[in-house]
Amino acid sequence: MKVLRVTAWLALLLLVGGSMAANWLAPAGYARQYRGEPNAAPSHAHWLGTDEDGRDRFARVLYGTRISLLLAPAAALLSTLMAALVGGVSGYLGGAWARVAMAVTDLFLSLPWLFLLITVRALMPLNVSPLFSVMVTFLMLGLLGWTSAARVLCASAGSLRNSDFIRQARASGICGARLFWMHVMPNLKPVLYAQFWISVPVFILSEANLGILGLGVAEPMPSWGSLLRELEGLISVGEEPWKFVPLILLVLVVTSFEMLLSMEKGMAA
Amino acid sequence: MMRQRSRFIAILLCVAARVAAAQSGGELRFCLHSEPKTFDPLKVEDDASVTVRYLTSGVLVRLNRQTQQLEPELARSWKVSKDGRQIVFVLRSGISFSDGTPFSADDVAYTVQQLMDPALHSPTGDAFRTGPGTAETKVISPTQIAITFPAPVASLDRLFDQVVILSVHSAKRESAVLGPFMVADYQPGSTLLLKRNPNYWKSDEHGRKLPYLDSVRLDIVPNRDLEMLRFKKGEIDLINSLDSEYFDKLGTSSPQAVHDAGASLDSEQMWFNEVARAPIPAYKKNWFHSAAFRRAVSQAINREDLSRLVFRGHAQPAVGPISTANKFWFNGKLKPEVYSPDAALKALQAAGFRMENGALKDHDGNAVIFSIITNSGNKYRERMAVLIQDDLQKIGIHVNVVTLDFPSLIERMTQSFDYEAILLGLTNVDLDPNEQMNVWLSSSENHQWNPQEKAPETAWEAEIDRLMRAQASSGDIRKRKESFDRVQEIVVEQAPFIYLVNKNALSAVSPAVHGASPVILSPQTFWNVERMSK
Repeated sequence: MKVLRVTAWLALLLLVGGSMAANWLAPAGYARQYRGEPNAAPSHAHWLGTDEDGRDRFARVLYGTRISLLLAPAAALLSTLMAALVGGVSGYLGGAWARVAMAVTDLFLSLPWLFLLITVRALMPLNVSPLFSVMVTFLMLGLLGWTSAARVLCASAGSLRNSDFIRQARASGICGARLFWMHVMPNLKPVLYAQFWISVPVFILSEANLGILGLGVAEPMPSWGSLLRELEGLISVGEEPWKFVPLILLVLVVTSFEMLLSMEKGMAA
Repeated sequence: MMRQRSRFIAILLCVAARVAAAQSGGELRFCLHSEPKTFDPLKVEDDASVTVRYLTSGVLVRLNRQTQQLEPELARSWKVSKDGRQIVFVLRSGISFSDGTPFSADDVAYTVQQLMDPALHSPTGDAFRTGPGTAETKVISPTQIAITFPAPVASLDRLFDQVVILSVHSAKRESAVLGPFMVADYQPGSTLLLKRNPNYWKSDEHGRKLPYLDSVRLDIVPNRDLEMLRFKKGEIDLINSLDSEYFDKLGTSSPQAVHDAGASLDSEQMWFNEVARAPIPAYKKNWFHSAAFRRAVSQAINREDLSRLVFRGHAQPAVGPISTANKFWFNGKLKPEVYSPDAALKALQAAGFRMENGALKDHDGNAVIFSIITNSGNKYRERMAVLIQDDLQKIGIHVNVVTLDFPSLIERMTQSFDYEAILLGLTNVDLDPNEQMNVWLSSSENHQWNPQEKAPETAWEAEIDRLMRAQASSGDIRKRKESFDRVQEIVVEQAPFIYLVNKNALSAVSPAVHGASPVILSPQTFWNVERMSK
């Protein structure tokens, strides 16, 4: 198990490190178009070949990895915090608070998030930089992705509320916010960690889905979603295996996250 | 010597037998991408219904999709009056509908009355409604009829290519047809089977009855990837319209199956928002209203690269509003825009713009930044926008590419006017410029850069209005051509639309199908279906 854990961490560190060094590893950048070499096969000049517009695929993978790996955890953090706020607090307060909070959560769960994202994207100002656009996309994912975690946290906080140590703390005169922060929150930490790790691959995949729909990161900025669109023409995939690299990286990252998550769960148990 | 001769005769007979076998029987199979919405030929609007109508319909005149010339069909001859209001048809005799009822001028009169009935809302009939009043039909004899319209109709005879003749006497009018095939079985969501019309009137030059095929099976398959796979497996015989990526992929494995008929009538273009009430900054409106700015942007776009990279060479740089494929209406004096970022920059500098640290600024110091929106999911348009973004960066213009879902895009384009530039395509199915009246008239809803002007806001738009109305009301084809040539010149000079490319008409036909000759006009692959065989 430890080997797997180390391997997962190494894979993630390697990817994060590589993407952080993108400026150094691929100095020409992700947007430069080598128009004389579209759809080129891997070569010394272009390690993963070029895309249909002649852009270096290796550079685009590195920069795309940076975007997906930095912003997905940020969105996961936001959604976990919101889940803690809505689910954790309402579960701790219990009664009508919990019922109202869960009703609101159910309402959010019933929203067709894809259409909501499309609508928000359509309402956004048009003249925004690709970076702003990608940040808004992940912000929206974070703001919409807290609901499932909130239900779990509400249930966990609810069970803690009636536990012996909380009763004892209450009997000792600790109450309100102090009781929540000192005694409830530390006991919710494993659940929060688990929810965070679950959210990261979910958001990576959500951005990839939006990218496939053409609604993710704005051109020319790359993301795994936009890179995965190259796989749309399934007929020729076998002929150009290097196009699979973004997919392999996505699977690697999601698997690594899942591996770490299952081990966290095991340790918590 | 005798033995040699008999061997030669035997070989000839074998060849003749094989040719005869190839020219008779068989079933042609291909896909419809949606359910036909109607089988009433006068109400047809969607592509699937148009296909069924083409395969089953009998018309008075037919536009030959290859020569782009009108040819007689049920009408032996016809004559249009000088004022463009009346047409007289002389009909063929001895023709019957598929149910055996004879065809006569009464059927044509009945069809025209139905077509022009305002209650029917026939899209085909709309083309004939150029003025208030009703169409009058006069049956001169069983084989001669005069039809008079209340106002002149441009290209009156050509419009009859779409008018399917109905039977006035048949018990089941909707199933009595004069075309090569008739509907035999329809399984909604699955298949439409057309069988040979036993009463079809045409024969080939050797006296053989047409069509050669026994039946046409249309499978309803909305997914184009699935259509492609079915073609590769030999389950269907043709694909009417392919995109360039699939064309190349299919061409690699079966080069004899793919056909590139050259530039089609469809164009891809971009335009700037010139609507006065649009919620965009005034300084940007000034740029977009400047013909010099629009022309410079046009000059800075490398159309050759758009064709080569985005469409893999299966597109032609567009010259103007009419594709070079439109043999008659294209203005041959127009030349493709020469790509020259240097000339574009000079023109912008002459118009008051200046370059500062690699960024173009207007005379008030505003950096030239604008967004181009296109519909998400259309990777060809998205890629064109990316190349344009890169091209314009070379003259200091920063472009933000935005992809929106289609309803949002249309809402911005037609309701809120909250956009700066749009990249979209225009599908042309007709050769005649009258089809584009709703684009060029300044009062029109589809006058996209500035729709529904109460009065033309510029002198050149007023000139286009005048020329378009003049050509529409003239019965003289040469005068019409002169007027529309001038319209094309104005459009190229003023660049309200920046035409980018004309996509090629790409299709695939199985080598097992004989007689196919794909063309650029719809229906590209089966326009001569009656002479196709398997």
